[in-house]
Amino acid sequence: MDRKEILIELKKVLTPYTENKEMLDGINEQTDLIKDLKINSANLVDIIIDAEAQYNIEIDFDAAEKMYNVGNCIDVISEKINKPA
Amino acid sequence: MNDILKYLPYKSSFLFVDNITALDENGVTGNHTLKPDAFFYEDHFPDNPVTPGVIITEVMAQIGLVVLGIYLMLDGKPHEGAVMHADSFPLLTSTNVDFFKMVLPGEKVTVNSKKQYFRFGKLKCLVEMHNADGDLVAKGVFSGIIKNAVKL
Repeated sequence: MDRKEILIELKKVLTPYTENKEMLDGINEQTDLIKDLKINSANLVDIIIDAEAQYNIEIDFDAAEKMYNVGNCIDVISEKINKPA
Repeated sequence: MNDILKYLPYKSSFLFVDNITALDENGVTGNHTLKPDAFFYEDHFPDNPVTPGVIITEVMAQIGLVVLGIYLMLDGKPHEGAVMHADSFPLLTSTNVDFFKMVLPGEKVTVNSKKQYFRFGKLKCLVEMHNADGDLVAKGVFSGIIKNAVKL
């Protein structure tokens, strides 16, 4: 799965959590989950859990800490799916 | 089991936990009797006191999230001398509650909470409240966080 495909899937994961649906249509790797998409910071945990189910991966604390913008999320997800635990 | 109550950061008029009757890593059951002289009854409503929904929500959050959250953070083993860190406190991050029955002054309510997950410092639970007759009073999904809650 390349970064573009991950981004398309990630958009679906983010949809229920963002207050800013218009912004979601135009997200790119620089989009910040909290500042741009107005996601409740506590819901980042739900996004991580949903992403784990979506990609069948496990995200640990260190990886989760890096996931504050779309590019970082794709980094973590692509690293995990290409290197199964 | 009530040992856990000493870790709660609430005082007097905003402490809504009396007893914990069951507590393990997957959930908690506890109760509270609404004090007839509680500060909110005088104005909610004059001559017609009814427990505000926001207080029902608080009772559910204190028993269902905060008690369980502290238990999980202590790893189920309360330590002698462990106290709530002075600059930390539990924060409710979301609730989604349905209310089924009114609660009047002096009523005893029982709260039962089942953990959905506790990860990255966030606890999410399905919480139910019943009255003394066993009727469902309120039900909802609660989430909250506690940071640096315990200093050893």
